[in-house]
Amino acid sequence: MSRLYDFHGGIHPPQHKDAATAWPIQPLPLPPQLYIALAQSVGNAARPTVSVGQQVLKGQQLAQLDGRLSAAVHAPTSGTITAIGPHPFAHPSGLPVETITLQPDGLDSWQPRSPLAWQDASPAQLRSHLQDMGVVGLGGAVFPTHLKLAASPLATLVVNGAECEPFISCDDMLMRERAAGIVDGIRIAAHALQAGQVLIGIEDNKPQAIAAMQAACAGTPYRVVTIPTKYPSGGAKQLIRILTGIEVPHGTRATDLGVQCLNVGTLYAMARAVLHGEPLLSRIVTVTGAVAHAANYEVAIGTPLAWLLQQAGIADTQAEVIMGGPMMGITLPDLHAGLPKAGNCLIAKSAALFPPRPPEQACIRCGDCASVCPAQLQPMDLFWFAKSRNFGKAQERHLFDCIECGACSYVCPSQIPLVDYYRFAKSEIWAAERDKKNASLARQRHAFRQFRIERDKSEKAARLAARAAEQAAKLATQAANPAAASAAPAASGMDDAKKAAIAAALARAAAQKEAKPLSEQHTSGLDDAKQAAIQAAMARAAARKAAADAAKAADAANPDSPPAATPAQTGMDDAKRAAVEAAMARATARKAAAQAQKDASE
Amino acid sequence: MSRHATHIAQPVTVSRVMLKVLAALLPGIAVSVYCFGPGVLVQLLLATFTALGAEAAVLRLRQRPIAPALADLSAVVTAWLLALSMPPLGAWWMIVLATLFAIVLGKQLYGGLGNNPFNPAMVGFAVMIVSFPAQMAAWGTPLAALDATAQLQWIFTHTLPAGSSVDAISSATPLDVLKTGLLQGGQAVSQLLQQPRFGQWGNAGGEWVALAWALGGLWLWQQKLIPWRTPLAMLAGVLAVSLPLWLWQPAQYASPLFHLLNGATLLAAGFIVTDPVSGSTTPLGRLIFGFLVGVLVVVIRVFGGFPDAVAFAVLIMNMAVPFIDHTTQPRVFGRKGGRHA
Repeated sequence: MSRLYDFHGGIHPPQHKDAATAWPIQPLPLPPQLYIALAQSVGNAARPTVSVGQQVLKGQQLAQLDGRLSAAVHAPTSGTITAIGPHPFAHPSGLPVETITLQPDGLDSWQPRSPLAWQDASPAQLRSHLQDMGVVGLGGAVFPTHLKLAASPLATLVVNGAECEPFISCDDMLMRERAAGIVDGIRIAAHALQAGQVLIGIEDNKPQAIAAMQAACAGTPYRVVTIPTKYPSGGAKQLIRILTGIEVPHGTRATDLGVQCLNVGTLYAMARAVLHGEPLLSRIVTVTGAVAHAANYEVAIGTPLAWLLQQAGIADTQAEVIMGGPMMGITLPDLHAGLPKAGNCLIAKSAALFPPRPPEQACIRCGDCASVCPAQLQPMDLFWFAKSRNFGKAQERHLFDCIECGACSYVCPSQIPLVDYYRFAKSEIWAAERDKKNASLARQRHAFRQFRIERDKSEKAARLAARAAEQAAKLATQAANPAAASAAPAASGMDDAKKAAIAAALARAAAQKEAKPLSEQHTSGLDDAKQAAIQAAMARAAARKAAADAAKAADAANPDSPPAATPAQTGMDDAKRAAVEAAMARATARKAAAQAQKDASE
Repeated sequence: MSRHATHIAQPVTVSRVMLKVLAALLPGIAVSVYCFGPGVLVQLLLATFTALGAEAAVLRLRQRPIAPALADLSAVVTAWLLALSMPPLGAWWMIVLATLFAIVLGKQLYGGLGNNPFNPAMVGFAVMIVSFPAQMAAWGTPLAALDATAQLQWIFTHTLPAGSSVDAISSATPLDVLKTGLLQGGQAVSQLLQQPRFGQWGNAGGEWVALAWALGGLWLWQQKLIPWRTPLAMLAGVLAVSLPLWLWQPAQYASPLFHLLNGATLLAAGFIVTDPVSGSTTPLGRLIFGFLVGVLVVVIRVFGGFPDAVAFAVLIMNMAVPFIDHTTQPRVFGRKGGRHA
């Protein structure tokens, strides 16, 4: 028995798990339609590889991944693609997403499956296999699993069977009934990660799951660790803390500290994908609350949620339904959506289970929230800052370390939905950052426009100077007595040189103007430094060009005509001055850039 | 309603919290009534109605919903704490005025519940003791033979039935007597404490009231409505100053026990420094806040111009709360060190 560590705070809400765990995992018939959304991972939506009208086999790829965080999507059964387009999605925004509609043909006929010989496969092969199989984290975060197998060797693999949220019991039932499959997944993951030890954390309210996992782990070095029931011990960071004592700070990856955490459902899916070549086509879903047949169902991805609830005997079809748990779940905006890979639990609300929250009262700073916060934040202060839109202060007090577990909202005697305030503050901060980025882009565009205008101006000046000089030279060669004749044209050459000098001065001024205020902005660090460097380079180029043009003009104004020497000399002096000024502009710009870089690095 | 809110919550409300605080005051109130007569109840009633009336009036002016604010019972808690700090036989207008200051100036003008930087009851008390020191010092004589009608008559008309003397109903508090005695010089603390006013443990009758406050405070702690840190730190602060002084010159300085059982020390420990709104909220901050209140209580009692000092000590430390909280931020999960590390 290994030592357990505690984490700060936490709550003990009523469990409500018994209703659904009274039954074994229930199979379901296929629904008349499947709505398979293409956004099934935290990354980009997958790109469809099938077309409307096409016949597909079970397990056939419907959409391919698009980018690193994306995951492929497959046909949960054989049938016909009847539509590809926007469809309601299980997301609080209620915004539709691209969805493939599949009409099952009832045959459920598989495409040829290709298991992976994982013991001989390279880690890269395993990762790409999992990505192709659409395996994502089934704990709710739907983070692509292949990315979590990238760090090896690893000290500890933490297996998450805590399932701390009330009502949810899909992991519990999976562990009770399919422990061997989970252990297969652990074996593969531990092999890929070269994990030094494997710790399986299960809350002590699941004795049957603990017994089943212990039996399945017999003869393996994997250790089943019983942990006290306390919400949110199933949060990855909390579970890692409980089992290893390691605290993973916000913004740090657990793997950097030698730990990785995988959910039991994910490991089971991984085992199916590797050992049987089955893509992620279905998952266990707890359907509970105000339904006649509360149980855990094995449900095809894309199954319409309304249909699923009907199968479970929902009492009130108008009832609000939560997807996820009562602490962190979302109220579904539209039950026409298909089951997403993230859908671990559906709870039909009833007034008895979910009495309406009393009206919000003033915060009395009682500090109950702080005493239950697993991130050890001061939620009442964050609430105060969020409410007064003092977002800087909220960030300073580590708003982004908040894992939105809702423990603070749960205990608040003033009945304040605290997490809503934190989400609001976070989204406002993100929006402000987006705006800032856009503004800096606009500034860059503006700076380039200024540069272009000035470049055109100086080019024009140079052309004029060249023409004038040509004329002067012509006149100089034509005239028998050049001294008198060349005075005027050389003077015009001088004018042009002056113009070039002015252009250089303008460039310098522009460089100064753009570089200075930027250097004073510490906030958007590198971007500004980069921008300042770009502008400095542009100013340098403009100045160099202006100087070269001026010099050229002066040279042109001074071709082998000794008598014209005096006026041409002035022209050359101007050119020199322009060159000096350009050099100065360059130096200023460089200094500004250096300053900006320094500020950014601070 | 947000689609992403936490869907369940403990069935707790501010009203229930406040109701429990009021319940915790009941033992102390019972002992007070036994010692000082029904005048205590009159003070409580006057304060309660004034507080509710004042709160409703200001909310109306501020165009805020009135019923929920009154129902949270926070005004009643303020009223009771104030009434229990005031002389039991003080004239009616004193408690009314004090409550008005507490609710209007101390609470509502800052924005109502949750926004007041100072403990409203202590604001009301401080205003009164600064403005009417003589009247505030006149406490009822414990266990005085004065019946209920006579007490009522005194509170509302400032007259007494024939045959009763003013001495029977008003005497200085033990803290006051001791202070005056020591200022006059010539007598040691132990000699002064021979007077019947001090009883066995330095506060005839009052010590039982004080112990009843402590009982209420313990119950609140058991109910998890107040933290242990602030009250214990406050008592430690009282000891930290009074004990060395007493050991050094017992003739000149009263014992720690005297300081604990006199004035509002134990009432403050259970019910006043534990006011969450105006107190510190960080674990370390609560220790600092409570400790310094305790230190200030004894320092002001012994070296200051007023006999009791809880109100001033609490108000001074209320001012320091933002700074204390800012500098004692606890360590965030996964981060090193406290503060803003």
